[in-house]
Amino acid sequence: MPENKLELLQGTLDLMVLQTLSAMGPLHGYGVARRIEQISGDQVLLNQGTIYAALIRLQQRGWISAKWGTSENNRQARFYSITKRGLQKLAAETDYWRRLSDVMGRVLATAEESSK
Amino acid sequence: MTDWIRETSARFVSLFRKQAMDADLEKDLATHVDLLTSDNQRRGMTPDEARRQALVSMGGLSAVKELHRDTRGLPWVDTLMQDVKYSFRTLRRDAGLTTFAIIIVGLGVGASSTVFNLFNALLLRPLPFSEPDRLTWISNARGEGMSARTIQSDYVLDMRAQAKSFSDVAAYYAFYGVGDSKMTGVGDPERLTGVPVTQNFFPLLGVQPRYGRNFNQQESQMRGPRAILLSHRFWERRFASDPQVVGRPVVLDGDPFTIIGVLPESFDFGSMFAPGRQIDIFMPLPLAPEINRQGNTSFAIGRLKAGVSLESARSELTVLGKNLTEQHRDRNNFVPAVVGLRDQVSGSFRSAMVVLSCAVAVLMLVVCANLSNLLLARAVSRQREMAVRAALGAGKARLIRQMLTESLVLSLAGSTVGLVLAIGGTRLLTRLDTVGIPLLLHARVDGTALAFVMLAAIFTGIVFGLTPALRTSGISVNSTLKESGRGTSEAKGHGLLRGGLVVSEIALACVLLVGAGLLIRSFLRVLEVNLGFRPESAVTMRVDPSPRYATVEQRNAYFDEMLRRAGEIPGVQAAALTDALPLGRNRTGAPRQRGRRTREGEFPLAFVRVVSDGYFKAMGIPIRSGRDFTQRDTPSAQGCHHHQRGGSPSASGLGRIPSAKS
Repeated sequence: MPENKLELLQGTLDLMVLQTLSAMGPLHGYGVARRIEQISGDQVLLNQGTIYAALIRLQQRGWISAKWGTSENNRQARFYSITKRGLQKLAAETDYWRRLSDVMGRVLATAEESSK
Repeated sequence: MTDWIRETSARFVSLFRKQAMDADLEKDLATHVDLLTSDNQRRGMTPDEARRQALVSMGGLSAVKELHRDTRGLPWVDTLMQDVKYSFRTLRRDAGLTTFAIIIVGLGVGASSTVFNLFNALLLRPLPFSEPDRLTWISNARGEGMSARTIQSDYVLDMRAQAKSFSDVAAYYAFYGVGDSKMTGVGDPERLTGVPVTQNFFPLLGVQPRYGRNFNQQESQMRGPRAILLSHRFWERRFASDPQVVGRPVVLDGDPFTIIGVLPESFDFGSMFAPGRQIDIFMPLPLAPEINRQGNTSFAIGRLKAGVSLESARSELTVLGKNLTEQHRDRNNFVPAVVGLRDQVSGSFRSAMVVLSCAVAVLMLVVCANLSNLLLARAVSRQREMAVRAALGAGKARLIRQMLTESLVLSLAGSTVGLVLAIGGTRLLTRLDTVGIPLLLHARVDGTALAFVMLAAIFTGIVFGLTPALRTSGISVNSTLKESGRGTSEAKGHGLLRGGLVVSEIALACVLLVGAGLLIRSFLRVLEVNLGFRPESAVTMRVDPSPRYATVEQRNAYFDEMLRRAGEIPGVQAAALTDALPLGRNRTGAPRQRGRRTREGEFPLAFVRVVSDGYFKAMGIPIRSGRDFTQRDTPSAQGCHHHQRGGSPSASGLGRIPSAKS
């Protein structure tokens, strides 16, 4: 396992799951995990089991909903899809993350300049 | 916020769907592992390796399930339930101690919440009137006794017209007699107690009749149509809660009256204004010259205008009372005293209630000290258990929580017993309707009382559980486990603490005992006061000959026959008549001695009682000198004879009955 994978910050996994479901439509747990790993280019250290904690949390908050379906390997699994409220939440959170990373980028840029 | 509520309720619901949710997760995880394994195989792993890698990247299935449970549920509830279950197990093992503890807590909580219910009814809960804070009680401050404290009715009219602090002033007639009205015409005849009230009395208090209506203008005038309102209790008892009673005629003292309404259950005149009395009916009190001529008769109730303080109303009335007294020399003096209605009703019980509450608080402390001690003793025998748990990795906080859960389970169980006792106790208290405590009937177990019991339970649980919990969790694992065998020696500090608890327990119990002893002593002193007559084994009964006995002779014959028959009843030692019982109504007279001239203002003032022969024997009043009346002391005019004897200094029979004057 590569040493330099990113540890996920608190709350980032929830946002990733929401975004994934919003982009891909209904997915089961493995689908979500695989998609996040693909998109991140295997850069994040994703303990795939934690996906299920995130899924139940989002479901209890009413941001995603679950429906039983059949997976590629013909087995039963729950397929999760984003709800209307989830979409609203996603928009708000995306905006928040954009602003935060923007600010972080700028702050860190000044730090680089001054250390030169 | 709504997200939070949604999430919390979902988490709460999930506590009850554990198995279903676990099964769902199980299916998801199986599919997940399957898919991951086949993907891994596609990357060239052997089937076994592929599966192993899949499980690794999942982070271990049991860890995933654990995380899932913690995320979806309320982890602290799970721990709590575990602790509670464990507490039940250990407490059941110690059945003796558990029973004892539950009984002690039950008694303590029962006593304290009964007192609290009384406290609540007397001092906390608002009076059952509309805007009770604006109600005031207006009386006359001319001295002790009803005559000096009541107000002449014209002053009530003047206050209504002139006092600007009040939106209205009503009054009730204070000299109504218990059992003064004889009701006939409906079933068995019965003596009723009725209070005359002004027309605006009920509207001012905000009391709406449950059925029917309030008195109208005509009924509230002298010689107007005769109307009565029934109290709820009387209506229930005598008319079997029949709503059709409104409009029915009844005969009171030979006159026809119409029932115009029934008052609501929440209004109990007796418990507000005359504790220990039950009022059956209300009739209108006309503020007419005829009533005014009777002198001081009424107490007034004023409703303050919004925003007017009691002080400003008081100063306004003081001035008004002075001016009115000066303007109307023909009336009695009026020195208004204004207090809030609540203070009038139950203010005098405040200090008693505070003392009682303190006593109960001390009692609760004794309960806590007692249980604390018991649990400490038990903690010693559980040192090993705690040490083992600590050695297995239980944190100090976890152990304290476990111990506190145990004591809370104990105190909650005890409080349940206490609640039952309190319900019974409060019910008993409300039955004491001859005791002169106001608002007693309003004492009941309500939401506030339940909250009080809950708080008391939690408080006692923590208080008596904390010391043992801290003690037990602070033990040294190493030394406790090393000591072999059971019943390890008690640490020195431990013994000191328990000794201290016992000492404080005894000290608190002593405080209670001494206090109770002093109270009982004072009470016995009150009972020992020489009344001048012997009330024990004396019974009284009110007798009114029917109007058929028209002449004095007929009535006397009726009385003589009645006394003769009463005296013949087995067990009756003496029977006699009086027009006024001791400590009852006062009626002053100015008896004159025959053959002696008395100047104006020099009349000896005396309380005159008209009595029959044998009265002194029946009442147990000793005759210091002279003799009792006999049958022969009955010439033409009985009353005159008595007066003469009362006033004569040589045979001062009546004058020597000092207690009757008090």
